[in-house]
Amino acid sequence: MSAVNTAPSSAPILALSGVTRSFGPIEILHGVDFALRPGEIHALIGENGAGKSTTMKILGGYLDPTTGEVTCDGQSVRFVNSDAAEDKGIVMIHQEFNLAEDLAVDQNVFLGRELRRGWRLDHKAMRSRTADLLTRLQCRVDPAAKVNRISVPDKQMVEIAKALSRDLRVLIMDEPTAVLTERECEILFTQIERLRAEGVAILYTSHKLGEIKRICDRVTVLRDGTMVKSAPVADITEEQMAAAMVGRDLSDLYPAKPVAGPDTVLEVENLSVPGVVSGANLVLKRGEVLGIGGLIGAGRTELAEAIAGLRPRHGTVRLLGHDLPAGLVQAAVEAGLAYLTEDRKGAGLLLDKGLRENLTLPLLHKFGKIMIDRKAEEAALDKAISDFAIRAPQRSMRVGDLSGGNQQKLLLAKTLLSDPQVVIIDEPTRGIDIGTKQQIYALIADLAEQGRSVIVISSEMPELIGLASRVVVMHGGKIAGELEGDQVAEGAIVRLAMGLGEHQEEAVA
Amino acid sequence: MTMATAVKTQSQGRRLDLQVIGPIIALIALILIGMALNSNFLSYANITNVLARSAFIGIIAVGMTFVITAGGLDLSVGSMAAFVAGLMILVMNVLTDTMGVTLPVILLGIALALIAGVIAGLINGLLITKVGIEAFIVTLGTMGIYRSLITWLADGGTLSLGFEMRELYRPVYYGGIMGISWPIIAFVVIAILGEVVMRHTAFGRHCAAIGSNERVARYSSIAVLKVRLATYVLLGLLVGFAVVMYVPRLGSASASTGLLWELEAIAAVIIGGTLLKGGFGRIWGTVVGVLILSLIGNILNLTDFVSPYLNGAIQGVVIVLAVVLQRKSAADR
Repeated sequence: MSAVNTAPSSAPILALSGVTRSFGPIEILHGVDFALRPGEIHALIGENGAGKSTTMKILGGYLDPTTGEVTCDGQSVRFVNSDAAEDKGIVMIHQEFNLAEDLAVDQNVFLGRELRRGWRLDHKAMRSRTADLLTRLQCRVDPAAKVNRISVPDKQMVEIAKALSRDLRVLIMDEPTAVLTERECEILFTQIERLRAEGVAILYTSHKLGEIKRICDRVTVLRDGTMVKSAPVADITEEQMAAAMVGRDLSDLYPAKPVAGPDTVLEVENLSVPGVVSGANLVLKRGEVLGIGGLIGAGRTELAEAIAGLRPRHGTVRLLGHDLPAGLVQAAVEAGLAYLTEDRKGAGLLLDKGLRENLTLPLLHKFGKIMIDRKAEEAALDKAISDFAIRAPQRSMRVGDLSGGNQQKLLLAKTLLSDPQVVIIDEPTRGIDIGTKQQIYALIADLAEQGRSVIVISSEMPELIGLASRVVVMHGGKIAGELEGDQVAEGAIVRLAMGLGEHQEEAVA
Repeated sequence: MTMATAVKTQSQGRRLDLQVIGPIIALIALILIGMALNSNFLSYANITNVLARSAFIGIIAVGMTFVITAGGLDLSVGSMAAFVAGLMILVMNVLTDTMGVTLPVILLGIALALIAGVIAGLINGLLITKVGIEAFIVTLGTMGIYRSLITWLADGGTLSLGFEMRELYRPVYYGGIMGISWPIIAFVVIAILGEVVMRHTAFGRHCAAIGSNERVARYSSIAVLKVRLATYVLLGLLVGFAVVMYVPRLGSASASTGLLWELEAIAAVIIGGTLLKGGFGRIWGTVVGVLILSLIGNILNLTDFVSPYLNGAIQGVVIVLAVVLQRKSAADR
């Protein structure tokens, strides 16, 4: 692994020094120093929201730092855009590939920089050069194949070939293995090591700590926008990485945890969603706040959506003793189960409509028999605005013009309008300021206090620990374990979420 | 920040006003032009003629507004109308042979037209919702099918209602109460009902929600497929209803019946301010759109100022202008 590791002494190609970045009034990165050296694989890890993507985007020329400096070959640079960075050989491969699916592989590799012969495209040259690049990557894809016909890891190889086609010096990879199977990962690792041997500087992010331990040379840990650790991988254990990622104090942001009642409200048995969730079992008590943890892509949202009838599923969901039919949202809502989506803007609210229309949308049949009773609607909005402390400058304004926090409160009001007994809240505080977070946490505790049962899905560990008296952790579409009472701690959740198996039996038992 | 928000909402309010009154201003301008150019323009005969002729497209356009608001499209309505009309005439002629020239034949014919319309709408809707083919493709296909079927039924010529039956059925188009002819009354009633359904019922709100963001609608436990299917069925029913009004006018149907009605109906919907991509629709706007389109034709016919052959060109300019205005306000956002 560390065969050709000549790196540490050489000068960095690309570096950040004292970089901060603010979005509006909120500072996301607080003075990050970071360097990428030729022939070195540098891992950047941290929890969701720790500032990884922002750091990567600054390195890749997608964002400018607010203060601080980006240096390339020792010279201070300011990239106009990602193209300017790519001209310097700095290429970022996103989790979502940037490929035109309907074009052929070679057309993608030279997209925007097509080789010409006079005024005509030089198809032959592009095809043969693509073939050369793919051979270099030991990838057996036909350059003439359409991208939508090739496999996911092959697509990744095409992205890398695209990067190689311009003198590649720095490769930034955003969770490249998140979409790959184990075998596909192996192929990727071989290619990455080959690139390292060729002297490319590589930034690698992943939630899978085992991977980092295996292929990376150096690891830098971000927490809340601050660099908390940077060390050679050889000197740090996976547990230490996890500890560095989490390790923060819990303030009194969270209300007292409610005590769950004895009777079971929701039972999920052997629930599977083809390809994403397999054999999940859950039990929810009255007045309980149950947390579901795990990495993005572990199947948490899919599990919740399957329970709520938004996705096809196998297995049974029993609410207050009655079986809920699969794939019928209306039935679930009527039976008293509501789901609040993590995708507020894409699936939660109609951004071009007003507050009133959004609030009553799922429950219009309750507002008037044939004609909608607008007065009742207005009254419901009045109540929601006061109950949920929604701050809207104007009642008639478009919901898209509300702040994220107020949108989230409106979405909560909308979800709770049907007076559900069980509420599943997916990422309750994504993209929301700390003040609103606290309000939402108080609301969740209130719901449980009133005898309702709440499932909170969150990628933020402190949120799970602060809110839930019991946490179920998912990994790879399965329930990896369950933690209760004092067991609910960051280290334990992270270990289960990362698929570190040794605690699994203990936790299940 | 509060300042900025205030300014923003203010400008939005102003733009909304312009969007609201835009089509009305255009309609008033057209009426003034018509009055200036020809003294007969405001005569009872001319107004009745214009309104009664607009009624067919108007009734269809009301249904089209729901389809488009929910993010759909139906290109087949013109051919569908022709086919339903042909079917109705054929069946009524057959029934006349056994039942004579009687009212029941007309009632059966009307029932048949409405049912055929519903079935045609159901076919479009099921192909779009259950089979999951794009509305444009489905209705382009059925448009060709119905047009070809009516040509085949009429054997390339014209299908005519028997003479006596035509006389009996005639009053449905030419008659009326208090000097207002039935098609106009029907159009007004359907427009008012449509406006109420669009603005004040869950169905109308659901249509707008689906057109605005289908995922949000689904996550809000709206039965998206059912609502979408219902819009096509409603449109089919209204096509059948328009045919019921149309057949007594000429008493015949041919391969050229209802030609380009679909485009006129869609144009009227768009001129009226409904968004082509869905998410917002208003029936009264559609009514204004229908009137604008028919007044352009009427004014050109009444004056020899501009050749009536240029009717299509002027309508085209109006349609494009309406869309440009919509686009502009969308870009400002």
